[in-house]
Order: sequence, then C-alpha cells, then structure tokens
Amino acid sequence: MVLQSKSQDLITCRTLVHFYVAVLQKFLHSIHSFLSLSNSMAASTSSTTACKTHPNLITAPLSKPYSSRLPFKFRKFNSRATAPSSISCTLARDSAAAGLRMDSQSANGSLAGLPRPDSFGRYGKYGGKYVPETLMHALTELETAFHALAHDEDFQTELNGILKDYVGRETPLYFAERLTEHYKRPNGEGPHIYLKREDLNHTGAHKINNAVAQALLAKKLGKKRIIAETGAGQHGVATATVCARFGLQCIIYMGAQDMERQALNVFRMRLLGAEVRGVHAGTATLKDATSEAIRDWVTNVETTHYILGSVAGPHPYPMMVRDFHKVIGRETRKQALEKWGGKPDVLVACVGGGSNAMGLFHEFVEDKDVRLIGVEAAGFGLDSGKHAATLTKGDVGVLHGAMSYLLQDEDGQIIEPHSISAGLDYPGVGPEHSFLKDLGRAEYYSITDDEALEAFKRLSRLEGIIPALETSHALAYLEKLCPTLPDGTKVVLNCSGRGDKDVHTAIKHLKV
Amino acid sequence: MAILSSLKLTTTSGFLQLNTKKPRYPVHHLPSPSQTALNFPIKKLLDELNPRDTLTLTRASNISISQTFTKLKSQGKVAFIPYITAGDPDLSTTIQALKVLDSCGSDVIELGIPYSDPSLDGPVIRASASRSLAGGTKFNNIISMLEDVVSQLSCPITLFSYYNPIIKHGIENFMSTISQAGVRGLVVPDVPFENTQRLRNEATKNNVELVLLTTPTTTTCRMKDIVRASEGFVYLVSAVGVTGARPRVNEQVPSLLREIKEATNKAVAVGFGLSKPEHVKQVAEWGADGAIVGSAIVKVLGEARSPLQGLRDLDTFAKSFKAALL
Repeated sequence: MVLQSKSQDLITCRTLVHFYVAVLQKFLHSIHSFLSLSNSMAASTSSTTACKTHPNLITAPLSKPYSSRLPFKFRKFNSRATAPSSISCTLARDSAAAGLRMDSQSANGSLAGLPRPDSFGRYGKYGGKYVPETLMHALTELETAFHALAHDEDFQTELNGILKDYVGRETPLYFAERLTEHYKRPNGEGPHIYLKREDLNHTGAHKINNAVAQALLAKKLGKKRIIAETGAGQHGVATATVCARFGLQCIIYMGAQDMERQALNVFRMRLLGAEVRGVHAGTATLKDATSEAIRDWVTNVETTHYILGSVAGPHPYPMMVRDFHKVIGRETRKQALEKWGGKPDVLVACVGGGSNAMGLFHEFVEDKDVRLIGVEAAGFGLDSGKHAATLTKGDVGVLHGAMSYLLQDEDGQIIEPHSISAGLDYPGVGPEHSFLKDLGRAEYYSITDDEALEAFKRLSRLEGIIPALETSHALAYLEKLCPTLPDGTKVVLNCSGRGDKDVHTAIKHLKV
Repeated sequence: MAILSSLKLTTTSGFLQLNTKKPRYPVHHLPSPSQTALNFPIKKLLDELNPRDTLTLTRASNISISQTFTKLKSQGKVAFIPYITAGDPDLSTTIQALKVLDSCGSDVIELGIPYSDPSLDGPVIRASASRSLAGGTKFNNIISMLEDVVSQLSCPITLFSYYNPIIKHGIENFMSTISQAGVRGLVVPDVPFENTQRLRNEATKNNVELVLLTTPTTTTCRMKDIVRASEGFVYLVSAVGVTGARPRVNEQVPSLLREIKEATNKAVAVGFGLSKPEHVKQVAEWGADGAIVGSAIVKVLGEARSPLQGLRDLDTFAKSFKAALL
C-alpha cells in the first residue's frame, strides 16, 4: 500500500532513459498494475510453511553447515516482497525506482483470477517446487534475493547497463519485407511479418538475457561456482560467457548426444573457460543434463548457483527466468507503438522449455486481443513416437522440480524425445505454458524436422538471415498461420537465435 | 522343530512353485538360463543361514513401520534398514534378496522403484535403476513380485519412489495397490513437505506410513514441521548431496539428531553415505533409532559377477551391518 501511494509521484529526475522508461511504464501499465497488484497482493501469503518467520541464519543456535553468505540481513521476510524495513539493501527513493518497483510487483500479473505465479510458485495447478528437501532452503534464499534485487536500484542499473553495452540490447524489431511478400495472397492481402531479432544479441540467442541477470544475482549471493545445463549449447555458451565476464567458475552439463551435434558450441564453451561435462546417463540429451545439474546442485548447494536456462524447473526459476527475458516483450510493445502505432496482433515463438516464448508473451498475456502462439518440435511426426511435442502429446506430471506437461510412458518414466534441434529436444515444458494452454490463452502447435529445415532455408534465402533450427520451427508455422490471417495483421515472430551453430546439421539434410 | 521344518517346507514349496509356474516377471536378464540352477543353491544358502526364531515370525504386512521401531526401542535395539532397487539385476533376484535381507535380521527393508530421472541418487543407485529399467522392470511386475514374497517376510517393506510415477498411476490407485501388496511405508523424496497432505491422506486410508526427509540444510523451523508430520519414522539425510557411499559420516549428524529429538519422540533413522559397519555403529552411538544402508548394498548385489554371487555377498555384507548394531 505504501508503494501504491509512492507510485503517484511520477516526476523523476534521473537520466533521460529512466524517465522515458518510467513514463512509458506508467502509461501502459497504470491500469494493469492496479488490477494485478490488487490481485497479487490478495493472493500472496507469507512463506510457504507454517513457519511464519524466516529464521535468522546468521545467529542460528546450532551451527548449520549452510550458513548464509547473503549480504542482506533477512529477518522477517515474506516471499512476496513489500519493501520490508529490515532489509539493509539500498532502497530506492525516487520515483523512477518506484516505477521499477511497481513494475516488478505488478509484473507477475494474473490470468482468470489466478496469479502467475502464487507464493508457492504455482500457475494454477502447475509449477511448484518438487525437489529433494536438501534444495528447499536454497530455493527460498534464491527467491528472497530475487525479490530484494528487483527493488535494488543499483542492481537494476548495473543489469540494464550490461544488457545495453555488453549484450547489445535493445534488439531490433525488423520488418521482414520479403517474407511478408512470400505470404501475400494472390489478391495482394496478407499479414505483416516482423522479426524480433534476439539472434542479434551477444552469443547469438536470447539465452544471454537470463544468464547475465542470474550471474549478477549469484555474485550478490556470494556464490563463486556456477553450474548450468544445456541442450543446443546456446545457454551453455551464454553461461560460459557471463562467467568469463564476471570471473566465476563455470561447469556446464551437456548430453553426450548433444555434444556431438553441437560440437561448435562445445568448443566455444571450453574456449570461454568453462568445463563441459558430458552426460551419458539416460538418453544423453537435455533432460539428462538437467537431472545431472540438479544432482550437482543438491551436492554443492552451499557454494554453487544453478543457472537454469529456461522457464522450467522448481520455483522461483520459471518466474525468475521469465522476468529476465520479459525485456523482449517490453521492447516489442514499445517498438510496435513506434512502428505502427499499435500492438502486435499475433506473437509466434518456438517452445522447448519455453523461455524465449515467455519472454515475448509475458508482456502481452493480459492483452486479450493479442494472440499467443507457441510452436513445439514434432520431430519425425506426432504419430511417430519420435517428437518433442510436450503440450500436444504429453500429460501432466512432475519433471525437474515442476508440475507441468511432459512426455512419459505408462509407468511415469520420462521418455526420450526427438527433434532435429537440440534446444527443443526436451520432454518437459515450462509450467506457465501448461497453464496458458489449459486456459486457452495461448495456442500450441508443432512442426516436423523437415518443415523446420525448409523454413531454415526459406528465411536464409528470403531475408539473408540464417535462423537457429529452433527458431525455424516458429518460422515454419507461418506457412500454416499466414493464409488464415486477415490483411494487415501484425505478426511478431521471436527470432530467438541465429543458425551458425546448425550449419553442419543442416549440411547433412539440405541440398543447397 | 516341527514348526521349523514346516517353515522350510513352505520355503521349499515356494521355490518349487517358481519352477513349475510361468514366471510373472521378466527373467531374461538372468545370465544363468536355468531357474532350477539358481534356486537350488539359493535354497541351500537359505538353509545354511541361522533360522529365525519362528515363534516371533509375523507376516511382514501385519506390522507397521512405527510399531517395528517401538518394539525395537523397547528392546534397546537400533534398526538395520537396507535399501535395494527392485529389478536389479532382475525381479527374481530381488525376491531372493528380500528373503536374504530378512533372514539376516533386517528390521525394515526399503525397496526402490526404479526411475528414469532420479534427482537424489548418485551413480551407484542410478546405474542400478538403469539396469532394472533396461531389463524391462515395470511397476505392475514389482507389485506382483511383492504380492508373492511379502507373506514370506518377517520385516515390513517401505517403498522408495519418485513422485512422477505416483502421479501417473494416480495417487489413490498407487496407495491402494501398494497397500494390497503388503507395503507398509513409503518415501517420496521429491515432494516438498507443503505438498504431502494429499499423499498422507491416501497413505493413511491404506495403512501406509508416509516417511518424510529432513536434511542438514533444512531450517530448524521447517524441520519441526516435517518431523511433526512424518509417519513411520523420520528420515534424516546425513549429508548434503545425493545417495552414495562416503568415507565418513557427516559430523553434524549428532547435533542434527539432538535437534530432531528435542522436537519429537518419533524414531529417527539416518541414511545416505553409510557404507561400512563402523558407520552404522557410529550413528547408533550418536542416538539414531535406525541406520539405512543403500548404495553400498546395491553395489554388492547389482555389480556382482552373477546374481548368485551377489546374493551370497549380500548375505555376508548385510550380516556385518547387523552385527555392528548388536
């Protein structure tokens, strides 16, 4: 309630950038923030157990091995932060920061009256923290730190600076003229296709948005050792990149099968100073790398931060990773306004774990007139048994800490998915996508390997942009989508990564 | 003596039944092709073992986990709780292994349901689960196996299963199925305490006790909630990490045990990392009511040259732990 009154003072005297951002946020979010703030405040409860007070770890009577090295002294702390007075981190005073605070408060939002997520990390029935007890404390600490840093102006400034000067944001919203032409119907009507160029980020994919923020967060937590899982290698490369940038020890788990098909990325990770550990267990792909990373974290939780690469995993990861990627959607709204004075009509993104899609969608989830479309991998076809179309063919279960749709057999064993693209080759999906699907807010389709390869070639030929094979799945769906769209529909497709890493896979399949 | 010989007869006829009936669970994983070849030496092996006091034999499904601990406490004894993975190397061997462990004096046996993505298991138990799954082990087969063998055991069985298979089978269905098979306890390592209510309700309806875990990273406040809700016993995970043998027992265990015992009168069993009789003796001296030995036992059984050798080694190994607790 204190924050609400502060938000009335909108005169900011920070830099022009902050002023612009704050004004735009206020303009676009004034209604949203009021509604969702009241929703989220109503839905929030204090910490998840019967224990109302978060124990002061520094003066625990019996020495636990896991003494907190948090720079913040947390005493009573609710998991939904409301600027508690006992936190000794810098509390922003001016309204630009209030704008940022408001944004983080309201940023979760809600749908159909359900918060996204609630204080247990649930999106409806999905999400949660289904992990061994050993990790529960680390997850709570992580969430606490995340909420505190969302209010920390220095952190936000540092992060925004790195996103601008190191990552290269903001990324362009590019009007794909020849692609649009390609989808024009004989009478000259057709949608307008825009590409959100996340492939132009440093390291060539959207993954770095999250990696940078989590590395900074890890530093604030005093963790010096970073672990991550990776499928295509883009998240691994992004993590290795930020670890090099921040001087952190970096260990990447990668399925042995993926290491083969993305050998270029393996080399890059090693060149950047990371240790890449091949995982031979199970199917030797992303799901096994994730399981191994979780096991490493269980063992080394006191010294290690796990930079999870997607909006999957236990709470607070789906929320955190989404928040670190939401800049994609936020920029898109601003750029759409600049370019055509309106909002996008349709958003399209590929879905593996779901991070680039959530990054684009989140900003628009409560804009009911914006259609959200996710595209998964159908591999050899949905009936072949060799695909990764979790939302289409899966059923509900628990994988890697979250309740979500997943691909499993009749005994609840997780099955091996298949996709030509390593980044979509995951038998689970982020819980928020499961939530959006069930509510009908987002639609999910799937594209086969062959269709993706066609799209890979098509964008290269029509726009001179070689997309990642993952992104190619979203691009392939345009073939089915565009004929159904009215003239002038504004379609924004998240070009989540570039395809340099995929050329030797493509060579095996394509004649060029 | 008459009782003893009738016991042997029962055991023998159990083997004969195995020979004549078509096996209900996959046996193709056995290196030695003949059932008879396996069973006769096992029968001899079991005959060689010191027979248990038959007068105190009870059907394993009749005594609950907590009752077992109460009884042991009154006798001043500490429980020996071995863990094995169902279906490693195959379900027939698991049957024999359960009998061997029972006759060695195990007080509760933990039986693991193999899972494709075990987040709390180290390399030994992971490999064990992989072998079992590669051999075609299915939940229904494990249940059939238990239905056959539980009546021949004197100590109760606790299942260890990750959450996803339970969801897949349906919580109500899972609980009633395992209960009908004679299982008395359940450990689910990847459900947070806050989400255990539904599991506990269904478990209680079916006379199954839901054991909860507490760890060195669990805050005191949270530990109190956990021990209050835990049934059967409180599982104290001794180390920060996954399952697997460790050279020494974590030195924090005594203070963790003290803290727990200040919060509850329930039995506390310590697990993870215990791989030698000295470890088990140590935790008993520190005040634990039970010692759980997993990876070390799984390794002996699952990585042996042959199932028969594995069972022999298992017998010796399990006895060494039991002896350390006497």
